[in-house]
Amino acid sequence: MLSSGLRVFFEGRNMARLMAGLLVTLKIALISIAICFLAGLLAGLLMTSKRPAVRAAMRVYLESVRIVPVLVWLFLVFFGVTRAWGLNLSGELAAVLVFVFWGTAEMGDIVRGAIQSLPVHQRQSGMALGLTEAQIYRHVVAPQILRRLLPASINLATRMVKTTSLVVFVGVTEVVKTGQQIIEFSNSKNPAAAFWIYGLIFILYFLVCYPISLLSRRLEKVWAY
Amino acid sequence: MLNWAFIAEKAPAYVKAAGLTLKLAGAGIALSLVLGLLCALALYYRVPVLRRAVAAYIELSRNTPLLIQLFFLYFGLPKLGVMLSSWTCALIGLTFLGGSYMAEAFRGGLDSVSKAQIEAGLSIGMRSLALARHVALPQAFLVALPGLCANSVFLIKETSIVSIVALPDLMFVARELIGLYYNTVEALGMLVFAYVVILLPVSWAFRSLERRFRYAQLGT
Repeated sequence: MLSSGLRVFFEGRNMARLMAGLLVTLKIALISIAICFLAGLLAGLLMTSKRPAVRAAMRVYLESVRIVPVLVWLFLVFFGVTRAWGLNLSGELAAVLVFVFWGTAEMGDIVRGAIQSLPVHQRQSGMALGLTEAQIYRHVVAPQILRRLLPASINLATRMVKTTSLVVFVGVTEVVKTGQQIIEFSNSKNPAAAFWIYGLIFILYFLVCYPISLLSRRLEKVWAY
Repeated sequence: MLNWAFIAEKAPAYVKAAGLTLKLAGAGIALSLVLGLLCALALYYRVPVLRRAVAAYIELSRNTPLLIQLFFLYFGLPKLGVMLSSWTCALIGLTFLGGSYMAEAFRGGLDSVSKAQIEAGLSIGMRSLALARHVALPQAFLVALPGLCANSVFLIKETSIVSIVALPDLMFVARELIGLYYNTVEALGMLVFAYVVILLPVSWAFRSLERRFRYAQLGT
């Protein structure tokens, strides 16, 4: 009975629908990751700012992002903001907003770590050569931290892809929701569908995240110094 | 304005739910630590077949979301005739996820113990079990501590999705109140408050624990 349940993949357009659902998931993840990586660079610079007030503000931002689960943030934005201000956000938009808000803080922390891991004499040598602050960042700091940044930020990317699974909570029709629709539809004739569909989604997530993790580990080894 | 009467009336539901969240997180963290330590030891001692299995498990666990793991356990496995209660599903899911994270932290710790230490132990005639207990593990544990703490906080936060397997945790209560009464702002406000009350003391405690052990350098 279980193996005959496999036919759920080949009925109708089920496979194509699941893949379309996966694409929705990936689209949300990719948009968020792209924005976070850029915004995170800025956040990292602010976190290492010379002004204590800026650093303190960034600290409060990072800690408040971290003290509450991402799902709670998602609920706050999706249900709370809409209710409090009468705005109408789609699930996708709410998800991207929350993932950017969360990811920028995490990315900023990674950037901060990378900047602070640079030996002080690097920056001092730049100053001794008469470089301006901007030139120091461009020619001394940036080339060196980009390498240190990459493994950790790719790791963050896999975390963000995994976190995207939460959007099913705010009514986005992504891979899990599509899977549930297929299961509900075929439940009477094919009770084993749930096993195969959830099994496949599990494997799909793995197939997306594993190569990214491998890349991160490879870079860590190649660029270790 | 906030509806304070509503908050007062529903606060006990949150307290009860917070208890479930804490109990689940506590059990999940404890089991993850055990599983993680066993996995790390299997990798460290290069136990023949087990080592491969552990490596595969870690990859599988780290590269899939807990939400999907829970869906599979709760809705998929019964089709194989394996019926698990909500609580068991959540605990297995959390341990499956946490075990790999803890294993990586422990492994980092074990790798940091210098070879000279192990050789010194061997040269005074210690057996491998005694070596692990008295030389490798105490030092590995100290190095692994920040990672273990961070993973524990991560696991507490990950429990926020167990409402999908019908466990009445904090998130479940908030979702229910929003659905039933539409007092969204109050329900979400209490939800955030509950998580802050749980996580703030935990993260402070961990930070002071880390600070206490940061300078504990045992031979180098």
